[in-house]
Amino acid sequence: MELLRCRGLRKEFAGQVVLDQLDLTVSEHQVVALIGASGSGKSTLLRCVNLLEELDDGTIELDGEDISDPRVDPDRVRRRIGMVFQAYNLFPHLSVLENVTLAPRRVHRRARAEAEAQARELLDRVGLGARADAYPDRLSGGQQQRVAIVRALANSPRLMLLDEVTSALDPELVGEVLAMIRDLKADGMTMVLATHEMSFAREVADQVCFLDQGRVVESGPPEQVLGEPTQPRTRQFLHRIIEAGRL
Amino acid sequence: MTLLDHVPSEAQRRRSAYRHRQTVHSVVVAACSTAALGTLLVVAVTGAPGWDRVRQSFLDPEIARDALPAVLSGLWLNVRLLVCCAVGALLLGLVIAVLRTLRGPVFFPVRALAAGYTYTFRGLPLIIVLYLLTLGVPGLRLQGMPPVLVLGGAALVLTYGGYLAEVFRAGIESVHPSQLAAARSLGLTYRQTMRHVVLPQAVRRVAPPLLNDVVALQKDVGLVSLAGPIDAVRAAQIATAQSFNYTPYVVAGVLFVLLAIPLIAVTDWVTLRAARRQSGG
Ligand SMILES: Nc1ncnc2c1ncn2[C@@H]1O[C@H](COP(=O)(O)OP(=O)(O)OP(=O)(O)O)[C@@H](O)[C@H]1O
Ligand SMILES: [Mg+2]
Repeated sequence: MELLRCRGLRKEFAGQVVLDQLDLTVSEHQVVALIGASGSGKSTLLRCVNLLEELDDGTIELDGEDISDPRVDPDRVRRRIGMVFQAYNLFPHLSVLENVTLAPRRVHRRARAEAEAQARELLDRVGLGARADAYPDRLSGGQQQRVAIVRALANSPRLMLLDEVTSALDPELVGEVLAMIRDLKADGMTMVLATHEMSFAREVADQVCFLDQGRVVESGPPEQVLGEPTQPRTRQFLHRIIEAGRL
Repeated sequence: MTLLDHVPSEAQRRRSAYRHRQTVHSVVVAACSTAALGTLLVVAVTGAPGWDRVRQSFLDPEIARDALPAVLSGLWLNVRLLVCCAVGALLLGLVIAVLRTLRGPVFFPVRALAAGYTYTFRGLPLIIVLYLLTLGVPGLRLQGMPPVLVLGGAALVLTYGGYLAEVFRAGIESVHPSQLAAARSLGLTYRQTMRHVVLPQAVRRVAPPLLNDVVALQKDVGLVSLAGPIDAVRAAQIATAQSFNYTPYVVAGVLFVLLAIPLIAVTDWVTLRAARRQSGG
């Protein structure tokens, strides 16, 4: 079943075209990896899907509903989508537990005890139960990012958008975050992730999309896009990555 | 921190002893230099040719004792007014600052009014606002006119609300947009984002300048006496006129400083804590 369908997306910033006639379809339980050079529009695409940016053209459907319709309440849409940012964006004035329970309590109007029990369970599952009362600035980057993922999961989203969630991390902390994403996939979570970790994309993605100048230039199973790319620009990009030793 | 069963090495013991000696040394030096400077000041002031005259007209203990009750009851007015006006001005400032952040065409008049308010009352001298409210408004002879004290308080709230609104606004704008994106992506509405994410961070960040303005307000609440009510300074002025001696002013001044000390101490403490938190994360 199709969960997300983007058609003909266009986004401009100050006359610069950042997304250009972009199409993307994501089925339920599928993991799609977005790859591409810096500035190719990966973050912008994810922000558009989460309605954090206004589209200049095209439509986005979530569960068959046109969410790019201006009459749709964006807050209601965002509740069904979890987003995780490169820089974690945890709320520094709230403890880990409060970060995770904020949306369940304020958005879903759950009772505090219930929200906290659920949050503790989620935190326990990723080994952060002991840090529930700590403030974000006392956590390592990897721990902060895992809290950010838990915070998004606490909304029970249908779709997770992950924007380069490991690129602000020290290499030895990347593994713990990737392990968490692997578990999410095993649980059947539908995910779109922008990433520079090619080996991880190859391992976890069902479909890899190569973006270049705001267009999907090539997409398909990871073995094909990363192994035998047909488009010259994909080959060029992968070649540079290999030279940089990241594949 | 060392754990209980840890036995410090010889080097560490020597370092600790050295640091201890250094501390003792510093304290002794500070005490000596303070004593020297203090002696110098006392000698210079009391040895001045006009010292006796000054002492008689500014530091007369008998007159101080006589003036104290009146000055104290005036000070009580200052305190009550300060508490009410500080609370009122903080609330007004916060509301105005939030109104100025509203987006969308519906809110255009609200935004314009709020902006106009901060421009007007930050530009207008407090004394003029006071006179306009306490002398002008009663001139309307409306039914149920509030007492002069309330009108004077309103003038203070209006004026300080304008300053505090700008401080709050600076705080709101200092919260990084990524925090808004994170909150909105969780499905929080604009109001919930403001209330649970933006304002708590903003207020924490601007708490030191806010408190600083409250300290300034403490000195300005006395200006209501221009419209009649007797505050500490006005009480001192009356006592001075009766005794032809300036001691009551000194009494009022000392009381004001005593009153300000806790407030300033709290401000310093909050500032220090904010600085620590920022460097800590
Ligand atoms: N708010 C904005 N205002 C103006 N230009 C923007 C804005 N956001 C993004 N851009 C521009 O859009 C282009 C695409 O940016 P985007 O962040 O989507 O790229 P990306 O693929 O995520 O890159 P990276 O791998 O570096 O994260 C860039 O050229 C960027 O400068
Ligand atoms: Mg990006």
